[in-house]
Amino acid sequence: MDQTQKKLLESIADLHEMPEGAYNIRANGALESRNTTANIDIVTKTDKPGIDIFIKPGTVNESVHIPVIISESGLTDLVYNDFHIGEGADVTIVAGCGIHNCGTQTSQHDGIHSFFMGKNSKLRYVEKHYGEAEVEDGQKIGENIMNPTTIIVMDEGSYMEMETTQIRGIDSTKRITNATLAEGASLVIKEKLMTHGEQYASTEFTVDLNGEGCSTNVISRSVARDKSKQIFVSRINGNAPCAGHTECDAIIMDDASVSAIPEVTANHIDASLIHEAAIGKIAGEQLIKLMTFGLTEQEAEEQIVNGFLK
Amino acid sequence: MLELKNISYVVEEENRQKEILKDVSLTIEDGFVAITGPNGGGKSTLAKVIAGIYTPTSGQILLDGEDITSLSITERAKRGISFAFQQPVRFKGLTVNDLITLAAGKPISIGEACAYLSEVGLCARDYINREINASLSGGEMKRIEIAMILARGTKLSVFDEPEAGIDLWSFNNLIKVFEKMNETINGSIVIISHQERILNIADKIIVIANGKVDKIGTRDEILPEMMDSSGICRVLADKA
Repeated sequence: MDQTQKKLLESIADLHEMPEGAYNIRANGALESRNTTANIDIVTKTDKPGIDIFIKPGTVNESVHIPVIISESGLTDLVYNDFHIGEGADVTIVAGCGIHNCGTQTSQHDGIHSFFMGKNSKLRYVEKHYGEAEVEDGQKIGENIMNPTTIIVMDEGSYMEMETTQIRGIDSTKRITNATLAEGASLVIKEKLMTHGEQYASTEFTVDLNGEGCSTNVISRSVARDKSKQIFVSRINGNAPCAGHTECDAIIMDDASVSAIPEVTANHIDASLIHEAAIGKIAGEQLIKLMTFGLTEQEAEEQIVNGFLK
Repeated sequence: MLELKNISYVVEEENRQKEILKDVSLTIEDGFVAITGPNGGGKSTLAKVIAGIYTPTSGQILLDGEDITSLSITERAKRGISFAFQQPVRFKGLTVNDLITLAAGKPISIGEACAYLSEVGLCARDYINREINASLSGGEMKRIEIAMILARGTKLSVFDEPEAGIDLWSFNNLIKVFEKMNETINGSIVIISHQERILNIADKIIVIANGKVDKIGTRDEILPEMMDSSGICRVLADKA
């Protein structure tokens, strides 16, 4: 692995060296290295690109890292990763994709991640997307595209927390997440997004609350700068006695554009659903407050944005 | 030392000019200064003119002899002016610790940040990692606002009605905070207040009414006069 790849790995997975536990590192469309444990098996798919990750029932306090890094310009990488979380397991999965586009061509990574959550299993899933490109005469010359799709199937009593972050360098992204929840299952999604330049980001969450007593909380915080565009769709269908909450909070700056489209549908009398959406610029009084601490207007703005996305 | 010379502040309201501050001249030396007077008299505007949030229409502001009239909020803050808002600002995502650290202007330990919170009667452990968002009550926000001014530790601290929105129990603690500040003071504290107990610990009292300086004097000169004057006394009583 070269320095560029190591730097990408650090940006998306906070990894400075090989992680502990199970991992599968994919670099420029091919397997770079892999490690399995007694409880976690990783198997290459034979019918299409990607891997199956099997976590044995009852596995606790283990983690899986599956970073993808692309440092070749013009590479299009499509990968299907399926996660089978055994009954009663309690694990952490860290995924992420980093692109360093050193050339003029478009680099693209489309990851399709499917999670099959066994009964009463627990998962914390952390996903980071990051891109960088060479700059010539102040202009970026290569485009970075990422289109992650996440499919979540939750069995009775399972719990999943998904943290998805995209802060820099992705020019175009279409992010789709579809989840179905059985009885007593609970899904928490926290999205953090920042777009700049002329970037485009579309996020679409659909959660079907199918089982009695299941619940979801979908929270998005985003910042749109420069001339970037964001579209956020959060769709929750309450098909049983259930609870759903969705919240989109966006800071708009410069000439950016943000659309928030919450859609909650109750198909059951005991479905309780709430949506909240707020878009606005940074409040003038927030800037003034930090300026009374001696920060310049620009420094104040950075602090507010960083805090908001923390 | 802060000097205001012939400060006027005029705003346009419904197509006519309204003079909020009219030729205000005063000097604030080191020590504890209370600014009081009826609502709508121009006190908060005066505080914002000092902090640089409003630019006066005419007049001059000098800080230790330097003309700071045209300086920005940031530059005035760097020269040692702090301002506690009457209505503290909330920030999604920033924690109490983040803001106290920003106020201090340098990296400080959690222990130091906690010490400032304890000063204002908040149990630091419960608050240090809380977000400055809508989950905090008005009274908690006011106390955190004061803790931030303590963390700044500048030569001039301006508080705009620190007692507003604070319950009676907290108010007693607040008075203790200001009494302690008064003992350990190194510079000037300016407090806009309607509270007799705050006026009672002031070295100097300035009464602002109708955009003008109505009276300036020591506590002993001004307080008895105010208590005798039914007009202002009623205002004080209403506020208390």
